[in-house]
Amino acid sequence: MFQIRIHGRGGQGVVSASELLSVAAFSEGKYSQSFPSFGSERMGAPVQAFARISDSAITIREPVMEPDMLIIQDPTLFNAINVFDGARTEGYLLINSSRTPEQLGIEDMTSTYPKNHVVTLPATELALKYIKQPKPNTVLLGAFAALSHMVNIPALEEAIRGKFPKKIAQANIAATIAGYNLTLKIIQQAQGS
Amino acid sequence: MLHQMSGSIAVAKAIALCRPDVIPCYPITPQTHIVEHLSVLVKSGQLENCSYENVESEFASMSFCIGASATGARTYTATASQGLLYMMEAVYNASGLGLPIVMTLGNRAIGAPINIWNDHSDAMSVRDAGWIQLFVESNQQAVDVHIQAFKLAEALSLPVMVNMDGFILTHAITRVDLPDPEQVDQFLPPFVARQKLDTQSPLSIGAMVGPDAFTEVRYLAHHKQKEALAMIEQQAEEFSDIFGRDSGGLVKSYFADDADIILVAMGSVIGTMQDLVNDLRDEGYSVGILSLRSFRPFPANAICNALKNASQVIVFEKSFAVGMGGILASEIHMATQRYVGENLKIKSVIGGLGGRTITKKSLRKLVDNASKGELDDEVFMDLDGGTVIRELNRQQEDQSSGPIAENILRDIGVVSASKTH
Amino acid sequence: MTRKAQSAADEQTVKFYQTGTFTVGNRLLDEEFRTVQATQERSNSIDSGHRACQGCGQALGARYALDTAMRVTDNQIIAANATGCLEVFTTPYPETAWSIPWIHSLFGNVASVASGIAATLKAKGDTTTRVIAQGGDGGTTDIGFACLSGMFDRNDDVLFICYDNGGYMNTGVQRSSATPGGARTSTTMPVGDHPGSSFTTGKYLPAIAMAHEIPYVATASVHDLHDLERKIEKAMTFRGARYIQIDVPCPLGWGSEPSQTIKLARLGVQSGLVPLFEAEYGELSNSTKIRYQVPVEEYLQLQRRFAHVLKPANVDQLETIRALAEKNIKRYRLL
Repeated sequence: MFQIRIHGRGGQGVVSASELLSVAAFSEGKYSQSFPSFGSERMGAPVQAFARISDSAITIREPVMEPDMLIIQDPTLFNAINVFDGARTEGYLLINSSRTPEQLGIEDMTSTYPKNHVVTLPATELALKYIKQPKPNTVLLGAFAALSHMVNIPALEEAIRGKFPKKIAQANIAATIAGYNLTLKIIQQAQGS
Repeated sequence: MLHQMSGSIAVAKAIALCRPDVIPCYPITPQTHIVEHLSVLVKSGQLENCSYENVESEFASMSFCIGASATGARTYTATASQGLLYMMEAVYNASGLGLPIVMTLGNRAIGAPINIWNDHSDAMSVRDAGWIQLFVESNQQAVDVHIQAFKLAEALSLPVMVNMDGFILTHAITRVDLPDPEQVDQFLPPFVARQKLDTQSPLSIGAMVGPDAFTEVRYLAHHKQKEALAMIEQQAEEFSDIFGRDSGGLVKSYFADDADIILVAMGSVIGTMQDLVNDLRDEGYSVGILSLRSFRPFPANAICNALKNASQVIVFEKSFAVGMGGILASEIHMATQRYVGENLKIKSVIGGLGGRTITKKSLRKLVDNASKGELDDEVFMDLDGGTVIRELNRQQEDQSSGPIAENILRDIGVVSASKTH
Repeated sequence: MTRKAQSAADEQTVKFYQTGTFTVGNRLLDEEFRTVQATQERSNSIDSGHRACQGCGQALGARYALDTAMRVTDNQIIAANATGCLEVFTTPYPETAWSIPWIHSLFGNVASVASGIAATLKAKGDTTTRVIAQGGDGGTTDIGFACLSGMFDRNDDVLFICYDNGGYMNTGVQRSSATPGGARTSTTMPVGDHPGSSFTTGKYLPAIAMAHEIPYVATASVHDLHDLERKIEKAMTFRGARYIQIDVPCPLGWGSEPSQTIKLARLGVQSGLVPLFEAEYGELSNSTKIRYQVPVEEYLQLQRRFAHVLKPANVDQLETIRALAEKNIKRYRLL
C-alpha cells in the first residue's frame, strides 16, 4: 500500500488533488481511498488530505501517519506546522517551490531522503501559466506521477476530465503534463550530476 | 458499475435508484453533500417524479416526511446530531405512526460543546424511538443498505435509519459498485402503502390512545422489531442473490469463530480493526471481530452465538451514557448474561468521541492489555489523563459553575482576550 | 510624526487624503461624528485573531454593531449567539475573540436564550445591562423563526441582530428562506432551465418583524457604517423587542472578490434590492433615499452566484429581479 499525505492551505485545491489521485488510481484498476483532514476550514488555513493506493482492498480508516509520499503545496507551512511528522524517509518528498531545500531551510529533513526522492518545483508558476490561477494541485499531480510512478498521465487526464468542464479540464491537463515533464527533467539532471 | 466517489454522492445516487417520491431536506454537517447532490439529481431530471424541497428546519423535514409517507409517498431525508435532536419529537411520531420513512444519519457528536465530527452519540439518542437502526462499515455498504432499507421499511411499515459515520464515510472517496436501475427495480418494488390518506377510503391517523390500549400497542411495536430480525437476514440474502454482495444482515464475524478475544463494534471502525486483526493473527494472537450491522432490533441471539466461545469481549463504541458508561457494552452484557453467564468477560471501551482519531496503535494496545489480563472494565481510549487530573484537582479547590470545556481553560491558565473595564 | 512612522513613511509613500470627510475611522472628525472604531477606547468586543474569511461582511458588521452597543450602554451588554459563521469563527476552542459575556447555545433558540437572559436581569432588578441576540439569516428566518416570533410577542427587552448573507454559509452555502431568488447555492443549483433559488414570495423578516409591531425595526448595510451605528444607538434607546437586519456580503458564498464587500453592499442598496429603512411599532418611520440608482445588473455581475441570471437565455429571471427592486423602491419609498 502506498500512502500519500498532501499539505496545503484552504483554496489551493489540496482536497481536489487527493481526490483526483484516487480517481486516477481507480481508473488504472487499483484500489484507492482519499479523504481530507476534516474541519471547519476557510481560505488560507492549513489543510491536509490523505490518499492510499493499493492492489488489494483498503479497509483502514486512520489518517496517513507514515506517508510514503509527502506533497507540500505551500512552503509557508514549514513555519506553521510539522509537515514532516511520520514521513517515511525511504519515501518521497514533493515541494511546490522555486527554491532549493537549502534555501527553504529544510535540508536537515531532505538530506535523510534517498537520492532523487526529493523534488522541488515551481508549481504555482506553472499553474499560473497553464490555468491562470495560483492553484498548484494539478501541476503537482503530474510531478507525483513522474516521481512515484504510482499513477500514469492518461489516468490523471481521465480523472481531470471527469471533474472539470471541458476548457478547464484541458488547461489542467496541460498543467499536469507540464509538471510531469519538468519533474522528469529535474530528476534526470540530478541523476546526471 | 464501479466508480470512485465520495460516500455522500454514492448514497445520493443509491437513493435516486430507489425512486423516492418526496425528499425534504435541511442541511447539517456532515450530510450536506448528500442533500446537495439529490437536489441536482432532481433538478436535472435524473431523478424523475420526485419532489425535492429545502425546508426550514429538521423538525420541518421529518414532519414533511410524515405527511408525505402518510399519503403514500416513498420518502427520504438525512440529518445528523443536533438536527436529529431537533426532530426528535417527529422521529418518535414517525415510528409510532408506522411510517416507512428512510433516513440517513451522518453520525456526528452531540453538543454542548458543539462538535461537528464523528461519533455515535446521535444514533444512541434515539435508540428507544422505535426506528430500525442499521450501521454500515463502508461506502459500498452504505449504498447497499439504503436500498435494503426501503424494502425493509415498507415490508414492516416501520421507519429505518441508516447510520453512516460522518466525514469518515461521507467525505471519503472510495471505490463503490453502483447497482443498475434494473437490479434495484427487481429487488425493490413500488411502494404500496398499507394505509394512507386517501379520499377514496378515508381514515384517521394519530388518535389518542389511553391506558386501556397503550401497553398493547407498544408491545406490538416491540414484537414487530423482533420480527424484523428474521426479515433483515432474509433481505440480506435476497440482496446477495441479485447484487452478489454481502451487505447488511444482523452481524458479521471476522475470524470470531475460534477467537479468544473478540472486538465488537459498529460502523467504519470495523475497517481499521480488520487491518489490525490481520496483523495480530499473523503474529499469533487469537483475536477476531464481531461487527454489529443491526443495532435496532438488537440481535441478541446472533451476538450470543458469536461470542459464546470467547473468553474476553472488548466492546468498542463511540458513545456512552453519561453517568453510567458504555451503551453498547451494557446491551451486549445484558444479552450475553442471559445465555452465557459469568465465564465471559465484557470490557467496555469508549473511544473516537467527537471525531478523535482511532488508530491501529491504540486498538492494538487494548488487545495487548486484554491478552495480559490487564484491560480495565471501563476504558476511555486515548484519554489525556494530565488534563483530566489537573481539572479534577482544580475543582477540589475552587467551585466554578458553567461548562466543563471553558473551565478546563481556566485551569490551563489561558489568558482571556477580555479587557477588564 | 514619531521616528518609527517616519522610517515607515520613508519606505512607503502614504497618502493622507481623507481628512475632513465622514469616512469611517476618521479620527480627525469632531467627536460627535466619529464612528466607534475611531476611538482608542473602543471596546473591541470582537477582538482580532478570529478566523473569518477575507472580506467577511459579517465580521465587519458585527464588530461595529457590538462596539456601538457597548459605547452607548457603557460596556454593559451580554450577547447570545446562534450557531453559524459568527459563532464558529469567533470561538475556535480554546480561543475566543469575544471580550464581552457571550453564550452560544443552539442553532434555533438564540431568541429564547436571550429572552431568558433578559428575564433574569429583570428579576434581579438590573436595568443597566442590556441583551443582544445575534444570528445569521438561517438561524433567524428558518430554524430560529418560532423562537423569534415568541420573543417579539412577549416584547422581551432584547435587540436581535440578523446578519443576512442569504444562505447557510458556514455549512457550505446552502439555501435559506432569505436566499434571493435566482441565486446559486449548493442546494439550488441552476441546472438546465431551472433558476438557482426559486422565486418564492420570500420571507422578508424585517416586514414580519414590523407586523409584530415591536418598538423598533431597522435594516442596515455594511457600506454605511455611520448609518449602522446610528441605528444601533437608536435601537438601544428603546426597551422591548427590537430587530435589526444587516446586509453582509459573503465573498465565499456570493462568489465575489473579498476586496469588493463594501462596494457590493453599496450596490445592493443603490439598486433597490436592499432597502434601508426604520420602523417603529409597525409603522415605517424613516427610509434612506437612494442617491444614485444603479441597474440591478451592476450588483449581480460582481457575484458568481448570479452568473447564470445574466445569460441572455435567462432574461426573465433578470426581469423578476428588476421587478423586485422596483417593488422595494415603491414600498419603502426609496426614491
